[in-house]
Parts: sequence; C-alpha cells; structure tokens
Amino acid sequence: MPNISKSIPKQDTAEKTSGEALYIGDIKFDGMLHAKTLRSTETRALIKEIKIPELPDGYHIIDYKDIPGDNYVKIIFEDMPVFAEKTVNYFGEPILLVVGEDKQVILDIVDSIEVKYETLEPHYKYTKSVINYEYEKGNADKAFINAVKTINGEYTTGYQEHIYLEPQGVIGLYEENKITILGSMQCPYYIKNAVMQVLNDDGNGVRVQQATTGGAFGGKEEFPSLMACQVAVAAAKLKRPISLIYERTEDIIATTKRHPSTIKFSAAIGPHFTVDAIRAHVSLDSGAYIGLSGVVLQRAMIAASGVYTIDNLSISGDVYETNSVPNGAFRGFGAPQMLFAIEMFMEHIAKELKQPPFEFKLKYVAKKGDATSTGGQFRDSILLKDMIHKVWDVSDYQRKTTEFSQPGSNKGIGMSLFLHGCGFTGSGEQKHIKAVVRLRKNEDDTVTVLAANTEMGQGAATTLRKIAAGILGIPIEQVIYNLPDTDLVPDSGPTVASRTIMIVGGLIARAAKELKEKWEPGVEIIVEERYKQPNFIKWDEDTLHGDAYPAYSWGVAVCEVEVDPVTFRVDLKDLWSAYDIGKAIDERIVIGQVEGGLLQGIAYGMLEVMDCKEGIIQQKNVTDYIIPTAADSINMYTYIMDNPYPLGPYGAKGAGELPLVGGAPAVAMAIENAIGKKITKIPVTPEYIMELMKND
Amino acid sequence: MTEIKFKLNNKNVRIEKDLTMRLLDVLRDDYGLIGVKEGCGEGECGACSVLVNGEVVSSCLMPLGNAAGKNIVTIEGFKKTKRYKVLHKAYEDEGAVQCGYCIPGMILASESLLNKNPHPTEEEIRDGLSGNLCRCTGYNMIVKAVQRASKRGEGLW
Repeated sequence: MPNISKSIPKQDTAEKTSGEALYIGDIKFDGMLHAKTLRSTETRALIKEIKIPELPDGYHIIDYKDIPGDNYVKIIFEDMPVFAEKTVNYFGEPILLVVGEDKQVILDIVDSIEVKYETLEPHYKYTKSVINYEYEKGNADKAFINAVKTINGEYTTGYQEHIYLEPQGVIGLYEENKITILGSMQCPYYIKNAVMQVLNDDGNGVRVQQATTGGAFGGKEEFPSLMACQVAVAAAKLKRPISLIYERTEDIIATTKRHPSTIKFSAAIGPHFTVDAIRAHVSLDSGAYIGLSGVVLQRAMIAASGVYTIDNLSISGDVYETNSVPNGAFRGFGAPQMLFAIEMFMEHIAKELKQPPFEFKLKYVAKKGDATSTGGQFRDSILLKDMIHKVWDVSDYQRKTTEFSQPGSNKGIGMSLFLHGCGFTGSGEQKHIKAVVRLRKNEDDTVTVLAANTEMGQGAATTLRKIAAGILGIPIEQVIYNLPDTDLVPDSGPTVASRTIMIVGGLIARAAKELKEKWEPGVEIIVEERYKQPNFIKWDEDTLHGDAYPAYSWGVAVCEVEVDPVTFRVDLKDLWSAYDIGKAIDERIVIGQVEGGLLQGIAYGMLEVMDCKEGIIQQKNVTDYIIPTAADSINMYTYIMDNPYPLGPYGAKGAGELPLVGGAPAVAMAIENAIGKKITKIPVTPEYIMELMKND
Repeated sequence: MTEIKFKLNNKNVRIEKDLTMRLLDVLRDDYGLIGVKEGCGEGECGACSVLVNGEVVSSCLMPLGNAAGKNIVTIEGFKKTKRYKVLHKAYEDEGAVQCGYCIPGMILASESLLNKNPHPTEEEIRDGLSGNLCRCTGYNMIVKAVQRASKRGEGLW
C-alpha cells in the first residue's frame, strides 16, 4: 500500500490562488437584497419602544414578529433569541434587520431608528452561575488531610478573537416551499436544524449549502446559525434572495470569542515532594447566552491534570452568565485555558518545592494503562516521553536553560506538554451526533464522498478523498468531494472537535472497504456507514466518569524568547514541537495545521489583547486587535510521530486543535524563565511584564 | 459623477462614478473582479491588495479618483502571466494555501516583492509580506513558496 502520509497537491489550491473561488460575498443573485442588523446599544435593558421612520419603497424591517416558529437559535439551550423581543442582554445584540437594495439607504435607515430602553442592572463579574459541574477521581479529601503542604495557584486567561480572514456571511434564498441558506460555515446540519425550528419546518423545506469558507477556527461552528435564522425569516417573508455579510468591526463586536477564564488550583503535597491530589475550579464567562459554554467547560475540566497522571482529583467548574457578547467555540474549546493553567501550576509547584521542574513533571507523565482524569483508561501507547526527549535534544534545551539562567541574559526557553481528546466529549458522537456517511460509485466509475463535513482551509477536501482513494486503490482524481449541500449529503456531523479525520474519515474508510468488495464497473453503487461507539467505551454523563474521549493526541512544544530589558517587548526565536496524532493522512497538510495552530496559540499567550469594559468589547478591527504578521512568525521545527491508532483511518487521530493548545504555556514558560518572575495570566504583554518587574 | 480613465488589467477603461468611492467596491461591483477581497476595510489586512503601477496597494483605502491614469492589476489580470504560474506552483508545492481568502492579495504582494528584489532573503520576504495577514498558515509555508518561486523563476523577475 502506498504511504498515505506522502503529501499530494490540495484539491482547492488553483481556484484560490487565481481568485476564482466563490466565497459568500462573491455570490450574487438576481433581485438580491442586502440586510443590515440593528443592534442593542445597551448591555441589559427592557426595550420600551422602537421608533421606525417611514420606509422608502422596497425597504423592509424584519424582526421577531416575522418568525413563524420559535424565536430561539437551536444550539443546546433554548436561551438565545433570533431577534431580541422584550429585553436586550448584551451590547450588540440583534434587534431587527433592515432589508433593501441600496446599502447606503439601508445604513441611513438603521441610523434613523430610535430604540427607547429602560436599563436594568447588568452582571459583568463571575456572580451568576448558570451551569455547574464537578467530578472526582480517587479520594482528594483524604490526600489533602494527609498532605504535609498545600500549594495554591490562580491563573487567568483573556479573550481570543478568531480573525478568520473572511468575515461571517450568509445568503437566504426563497423558492416555493423551500428556503436555501448559502454561507460561510463549519456545520451545515446545525444550521439546517436551527432554521427548521424558526420556520416551523419538518426538514423538507430547508436546504443548506456551504460556500467556500475563508477560515473558521470554531468561529463558524454555532454562530452562523443565528445569521441563517435571520435571513431565512427575511427570505420567507419577502420572497427574495437576502444577503447578510458582516464587515470586520461588526464581526468583532458581535460574534463569539474564546471564553475568558479564571482557574484556581490547590495541590496536596506528600512527604516526599509528591503531588498526591489536585483540586481545581474553573470559571468561564459565557457572555449573555449559554450557547456551547457548558460543553467548553467540560473539556476544560477534563483537561485539569493535563498530561499528568494524578491519582486524586476534585474538579469543579461554573459557567457564569454576564451581560457581554456570547462566547463560543474556538479551536481547543476550553483546553487552551486549562493547559496553560496546569502547565504553569506544575512548574510553580516544582519551583516552590525547589525541585528541577523538568524532572519533576516527567515523573507524572501519563503512560499506557493509566487512569485518565475522569477514571477512564489510556488504552493506546503513549510516546510522550520519546517526544519530550526528541524536542529536548533538537532545541538544545539543557545548555540553553543553563546559559539563559545567567544574570542579564534576558533570554528564556520553555516547554509545554499537552494533549487533546479527539472527537466529542463523552457519548456525544453516539447519543447526539449519530454520524452517517455514504460513498456513491457513479456509473463512470468515479466515487463521490457524501458527507456534511466542510473544507474551511484545513484540507478536508483533500484528506477525505485521499482516504477513500487509498482504500479503494483508485487514483485520487477519481474521487469527488463537493462542499456539502444538505439536500445531497447525509448528516455526518459538524466539522469540529478534531473529529473529521478520526470519526468521519473512519466511516469513509469502512465504506470504502465495503465498496471495494461490491465494486462492479459501469454501475452505480451506494454504500452507507453509521457511527458505532466502541463497546469498551463507558461514559456517565451525570458524574463525568469514564472514558471522556475514544483517543488522545499528544504534543510537546519548546519556545525560545528574548525579552527587551527596557521595553519588555518579547522577541520570539525558534519553535520546536512534536506531535502524536496517530498517523498523518497528509504530512504537509498536518504541518500546515501545526504551524498555523501553534502560532495562534503563541499569540494567544503573548500578543492578542481583547478587553471588555462594562460589557463592551474595546477592540474594533485588526488595527487594534493585533494578530501575528509574517514578520512576527518564526522558524518552526516540527516532528510528526508515527503511532497508528487501531480505530482511526490508517491509524489517524485528531490534529486540528492540538497544536494551538500547546502554544500559550510554551511561550509563557519561556518568558517566565527569561524574567525570573511567576507568570499567572495570559496574554503576557509588555505591560504585564513591566508590572511584574516593578514588584521587585 | 465624474468620468475617469485608467488601465485595468492591461486594458484601457473609462467609468463614470463618484470618485470618492473605494477602488475595492468599483473593482468588485462594477468590474466583477471578485478576487479582490475585503477583510478589514481599514488597510490593515491586505486581502484587497491590488498592484498600482506595480506597487501593492490596499484598494479599500484608495479612492477611485486616485486611479486616474494609473495601471491597476488585480489577480484576474496577473493570473495570465508566467510569473503567476511560477508563484501558483510554488504556493501549491509548499502547501501555502489553506482557506485562501488572503491568497490573491498574498500572491500580488509576492509579485511586487520579487519585482523589486528577485532574490530576497528570508527576512526580506517576511518584511515584504508583513502587510498581508493570514490566520491559517503561520506564514512559513508562504515564505518558503516565495523562496521557491524566486529560484524557479530565475530570469522572470
């Protein structure tokens, strides 16, 4: 069998370099109208009156009264309205759409609408818990009673904004008995289900098609459902194509971001400097509506012991509602917050106990057969120690640590160890997603992949075809993948949670095996596969006990920095990292995910600042929310291990989120070692470093 | 409304318009040149990059009036050149394209850079592309693509 990891050209490169690819803003229909959202200017208020001026012919208002079904965006909880009705709960909350032909006229109408509010007392702090979870492993209480010492730590993380280069956008189309949504998205069936609920439709009247999607990173997981519901209502009422495309500032103010968090730890230390137990509490700021926050909290809590096996854990967490923009999915989904916190905490424990941090952490690194944080089992071989030694050697870690510890070096090197649970948490795949994929062998002997998973830059259009072609033993050109259309493909689940290759690719691999057996030239054959949870996986949703994930991917990242002693500017040097993702389906695509994800994680740790004052996001564009440029990026030396996972296609596990998770702790640790001060929050900005240095 | 003339993708064009309009909107809406993307609208991200007399310019910040008498090249014009073919292949071989939204602008920035400096160092490439944001790749594959294009396109620039 040819080597599946050998890289091939990506399916969509030519249409993208030539500018021919059609993103949602590039698509036009005859008679298409534009829509603009009127947004709340209060963070919490009753809407007393909305004064709408006389509208010119051909201009319309769409609001909650136009919704035939329920005024909720179906996500998990039915708490977020499509259009605000009696109250607004955050600055920027959508109240209505102004729809018409000329964009300037629409803007003038939006500006002339007067909304009268009666303000209510808003919540901005962690006071109003709306979700609380906890779980136990072993007996933490006993370990704390027997402890010779307790060490505490508190860590905070800021917002992160996705800055997919293409802002959010959708178009709604009307035909008799059918509303079609076209858009930039990760999850066509999430949108279909949400639109069905607002239109009171049984499913036959809603169709969702993905347009070429200009980056997503989680930001186009649940948010596009809100916009799709709005244009669906408008298209159904006006019977015209309706386009709703955000500009950058609107996108930054009004769309979901990574949850800010505060994580508190206590460690019970035994007589021989052992970590006998950890207690942790995670606080997440959900913003005004819960959305996916409960699931994000679970992933954060489950990652509480990082890559370490700690026998006794007592972990709790709360989602707090605040009157600010709702937070949501972002690559890593709770894990980046926790991995930053636990990596720093383990370092700080070692330093407080005057133990060499590297050797101290190594003692706890998980091995095959160990119990996971939730009392499940690491069933597959874990190469983490080999990876650590590899990265240790190539980065010259030992020598640099010694050299940089000399006074006045201003340099530092730091290492992060991290993991990511692949696929949905717990029994999500089995109970909620129930993925179905099909392969259709066409009469001309081409094969079409029928799955709802989206290409958003991560390479699914190439890798999913590659899996099918490889198993069928046919040239890749003979396998067709089109951006999903819910009228043509079954629901194979959302393109999230590092599940596309492992779960959906796994189903495609099984379908391909079956098709290969049934293969008959010149005739059409359809095969279908449905997800079945492996029997050995047990998960209790109420106690959060058991196997939280079917498999785990692992990583090690080393970052070297130099801190300017006058300006405290951090200069990134080189980055070395190693990953166990089972098997790379295409090495170059995986390295592309690694380089992009790691830089996003590093920037989360030291560059990307977003403030929310009195419920209002202060940054408005990429001029004041700074992301890395080519000049900020640095050389990355990446090692991909080969450790096939028995249940993955060709042995592949998840890869998309993992590299991001390791970025912030690696850079924060490097800065801590450069300045000799304890880092407890990200982003580590020059201002924060200055504050630490002043407290000498 | 005023009439102006300029060269667009090597053809002489004339148009009657409000000259304060953003060049970006005129290129997309009046000429259908959708390879020019809007990413930020404030001249920071480079997705709307075009070449104006060979220089990379953010078309979201350029009023149409400033185009008078100039030679404007968008990706639609540039893709017909040999240089494009070399850049395209180099981007493909290095895996430098993910979501693609920044890529037409990035290719034009690469062209402008190589035009001025056919053999740039890695640092010069990073500086030359620093006006074009990419959120997917971490840039290194793009930098390598420009290095590769520089080698393969010997004599073209």
